[in-house]
Amino acid sequence: MTVKKAFAFAGRKVLKFFLLIAAVEVITFALMEASPIDPVTAYVGASTSIGAEQRELIAEKWGLNKPPFERFGSWFRNILHGDWGDSMIYRRPVMQVIGQKFASSLLLMAAAWILSGLLGFFLGVIAGMRENSLADRLISAWCHVLISTPSFWLGIFLIIVFSVRLHLLPAGLSVPIGVLQEDVSFADRLTHLILPVLTLTLSGIAGICLHTREKTIGILQSDYVLYAMARGESRKSILHNHVYRNVLLPAVTLQFLSFSELFGGAVFVEQVFSYPGLGYTTVQAGLRGDMPLLMGITVISAVFVFAGNLTADLLYLLIDPRIREGGQRG
Amino acid sequence: MSSELKTEKDFKKAPGRLRPVRGTREQAILHISLFLLILAGIMIAGSRIPSGSIYVDLEQISQPPSLKHLFGTDWVGRDMLTRTMKGLSLSIWVGIICSLASTLTAALFGILAPTLGGRADALVSWLVDLTLSVPHTILIILISIACGGGFRGIVAGVAATHWTSLTRVIRAEVLRINTSEYVRASRQFGKSRRYIARNHLLPHVIPQMVVGTVLVFPHAILHEASITFLGFGLPPHEPAIGVILSESMKYLTSGQWWLAFFPGLCLIMVSVMVSALGRSLERILNPATAYKK
Repeated sequence: MTVKKAFAFAGRKVLKFFLLIAAVEVITFALMEASPIDPVTAYVGASTSIGAEQRELIAEKWGLNKPPFERFGSWFRNILHGDWGDSMIYRRPVMQVIGQKFASSLLLMAAAWILSGLLGFFLGVIAGMRENSLADRLISAWCHVLISTPSFWLGIFLIIVFSVRLHLLPAGLSVPIGVLQEDVSFADRLTHLILPVLTLTLSGIAGICLHTREKTIGILQSDYVLYAMARGESRKSILHNHVYRNVLLPAVTLQFLSFSELFGGAVFVEQVFSYPGLGYTTVQAGLRGDMPLLMGITVISAVFVFAGNLTADLLYLLIDPRIREGGQRG
Repeated sequence: MSSELKTEKDFKKAPGRLRPVRGTREQAILHISLFLLILAGIMIAGSRIPSGSIYVDLEQISQPPSLKHLFGTDWVGRDMLTRTMKGLSLSIWVGIICSLASTLTAALFGILAPTLGGRADALVSWLVDLTLSVPHTILIILISIACGGGFRGIVAGVAATHWTSLTRVIRAEVLRINTSEYVRASRQFGKSRRYIARNHLLPHVIPQMVVGTVLVFPHAILHEASITFLGFGLPPHEPAIGVILSESMKYLTSGQWWLAFFPGLCLIMVSVMVSALGRSLERILNPATAYKK
């Protein structure tokens, strides 16, 4: 790939990114503007001790009495300057809240992402290598049930089994209750992570597994595998030489494209386990009318998804020789 | 011809049992009618249950599943089976409305984009990218908040996020047909656009739409239950599955597993059934797979 082409690619992506994020910001702002939730009421809560004048003052401090276009303009400009406004429920800058919560979500999401990728991939290869066998039928049926299982119910189910019945693992939060921050041991953190990670992993397996299975079956029916069999290659060497090489790249790409579902799944898992991450914060911000925080999270989630898609594109560009050499794919 | 051979072999395998061999088509029709029957049963049962039958019975508080209350009772003695059935029929309604709405959107965009071409086409593709650029959950929450929650919010949210994949499918299909030999020939013969649309385009697109609608349905009911569970969807007084499950969270640690277990399991079963129905429908509507054994 020439340098010129690389620049053109980067330029296109950057342009696309800014256009997309700007559109996301416009839509988010418009949706929040349309909502019947009054930010001042959401801020002061149900207390009646705050009079109309004070409400006016709060509205003025936040610039809520200005017309929507002007407010959008200032919000948009502030974001470009790195000021995302203040969260109402945490009383701190939005960026600070998001940064802190995202860090704890990242641990959960990364663990589940890697585990579901590995498990899904190998189960998919096993099922695809022996189409219609008992193993294949079981794995496929399990995947189809998993697709239809809401992740929060899966979490509830695991809590019932492992926390309530077997008393093995804690049912929620990321640290034990009543223990000081500095006294929390690594083992404590780990045991609190197991169930959320397991839930998120299970809800992510089905997609990658069924995809890998289809691909594997397709490869086994190809002419080059037929030829390999005719040459007398064993199943094992076919698996190593043909199946892995061809299935791995699309599987990894798909895993990067699933950032959106991963983020969505984390919202439910964190809610069920009261895990203090970005997903839990999203629900709190939505339920308590914390518009600046909710809008900030939306933009960050769009950046997160874009990063996944971009990585998938780059992977193809770097690894797939057909694209690297500049030819057309397919 | 090969199917005849198969038939003979199958009869040989099971001598004495003159069971007609079921091919994909027969199997699919059997599945579809069975599932439709069950779904209709749930909907009729749900709509027939008068709201008075979900009554508070303080003598039967928090009963585990028994013959009298198959799914147990909740903390004010309401029968969970009745609540679940009510919830399921509500879910199915929401699912039907959401999938129809997203199919209509997909059909409109998917047919208009390649027909108008140029900028309109690029715009539709960009809209699809834009919708997919934010996680569905977040977008549904935002739309639901914008609509002030409730039934309207959830339908708008789910419909607005689920039109994308079908739009892509229909757009690709229309593009393929529009550039195909027989449509070009038809055009050369001076057939009108309407004729081409009715005789060449729709016969290909309508089956895709039917399958697409059915396959969107499970996603729709799962998203509805999920968003309601978070507290953004249907209001707490509705007998929705999401409401039941979010209430059950409070009673989990006291060991009342049946409050969450059965309603969730029923929701999963409905969703599995509908996606199986969709896949069978896909097989028999596609000529390449319809007659495969």
